[in-house]
Amino acid sequence: MRPAAVLDEVWREDWGRLLGQLMSRFRRADLVEDALAEAFAQAAEQWGRVGVPENPPAWLREVARRRILDALRREATAASKSPLLAAGLAWAAEAATPLPGADVDERLALLFMATHPALAEDVRPALALRFVLGVPTSEIAALFLVPTPTMAARLTRAKARLASAGIPFAVPDLDRWPERVDEVARAIYLAFTSGYAPVGGQEVVRLRVAGEAVRLAVLASELLPGSPVLEALTALLQLQHARRDARSDRGRLILLADQDRSLWHADEIEAGVARLAALSPGSGYAEELRLQALIAAFHSTAGTAEATDWHALARTYARLEALTGSPIVRLNRAVAVAEYAGPAAGLALLAEVAKQLPGHHRVALVRAELLRREDDVVGAVSAYRIALELCPSGTERDHIIARLAELERA
Amino acid sequence: MKFLVLLIGEGELPAWDTLTEEEQAAGLGKFEEFDAACRNRDGVSIVSGEALAPMTSATVVKTRGGKTTLTEGPYAEAVEGLGGFFLIEAPDLDVLTELLTILPAYDMQIVPAVDQV
Repeated sequence: MRPAAVLDEVWREDWGRLLGQLMSRFRRADLVEDALAEAFAQAAEQWGRVGVPENPPAWLREVARRRILDALRREATAASKSPLLAAGLAWAAEAATPLPGADVDERLALLFMATHPALAEDVRPALALRFVLGVPTSEIAALFLVPTPTMAARLTRAKARLASAGIPFAVPDLDRWPERVDEVARAIYLAFTSGYAPVGGQEVVRLRVAGEAVRLAVLASELLPGSPVLEALTALLQLQHARRDARSDRGRLILLADQDRSLWHADEIEAGVARLAALSPGSGYAEELRLQALIAAFHSTAGTAEATDWHALARTYARLEALTGSPIVRLNRAVAVAEYAGPAAGLALLAEVAKQLPGHHRVALVRAELLRREDDVVGAVSAYRIALELCPSGTERDHIIARLAELERA
Repeated sequence: MKFLVLLIGEGELPAWDTLTEEEQAAGLGKFEEFDAACRNRDGVSIVSGEALAPMTSATVVKTRGGKTTLTEGPYAEAVEGLGGFFLIEAPDLDVLTELLTILPAYDMQIVPAVDQV
């Protein structure tokens, strides 16, 4: 294999494990991550010239380790003014004893550390992608729609906080798992949904990073087997990501009903459905994700939009609504109800949603679509106009404009 | 590592002087329980801890251009409600926050001390 290919594979397979091993020795997120990234950069430069070492991960770990020791020595020198003493201090900084439970995969501790509640919520998904999978900062920046230097600064601040605030590099006690695993799931879900925010540009990178979020979910559910919230999350992400190639066409959003279903990844849908089938109803965030996965599965397993089991979908939305009280969920339920009970039934439900979400463009949009199907052209046109007034620019707005033009021609 | 734990507000708890004697005794009992839990936990010790007098008795010290002045206020916002503090040695934030749940549910702020090399 070519050196670059080997390095890519080591990056993909071993980044998190290497970072975890170095963290457990040095407990300094701020130094360790930079040092490992530098070791990879050195490998990219050196392996091409002198060949791939016999044990690539061990080579990278050793180079990173020396860089960390150098950095510690520099710090100690600055603090103590005595280089000799400083050298000793740097060596002493390596944790002498392995962590309790050292047989546990270190990537699990990394995942818990990156999603610790003492960190700002919006930096957790970025840290998890960077730490556990080694996703490049530039790609994480593209995912969250910020310039690379901004994301780099955000990660640097978070790493400094990890090193100074006393946030442990450890798998938390069992009695803290329920809440902590929820935090892990929320961070991964946020990383994934950011990749699907309907915006133009950099679409390819964003999709790739969303794919990395799916990989992170799969890894998390392997590291914490039997966790309902992670199983439900993984099923949901697999099912949604399987539709990626059909979701847009040159930046234009394609609605579910209009998607070319032959572009969906059948193997991924199968994996998601199998995972989902093994789950039983639960409670809290795990149940919320399970119901969402169930909804995704109803869509993914229908041969055509018409063949969708709208009854079952509406029932699932009703359960999700009872659990979350979300008016957006109720809006979706209204759409499902309209599909099997007719537009009038949907419109009745929609009237209640409108009270909870005044001024929301999507309520007006759904109302317009249902009125159009009722052949109430005047009502539909006026509802589309309201939706247009409220809708921010983007693919949804283009859709409204197209529909209006169509109706006004007729 | 050492953490400074600032008890900055009563949070949802009723003000101390509105409590009955029994309720005050129960509150103090929680501090004793916290004390014992810290003693029994590996790697944890309370280095120091005090309840503080009301902030009306605090003094602000400022040195400007070499000249030191003492004034009554203005006090920093977070410090206005500061009711007490602990300095605690603990292995990490998770161990500390777990122990702190024993205390009455005050609003707190945890600040790590800088390691002295």
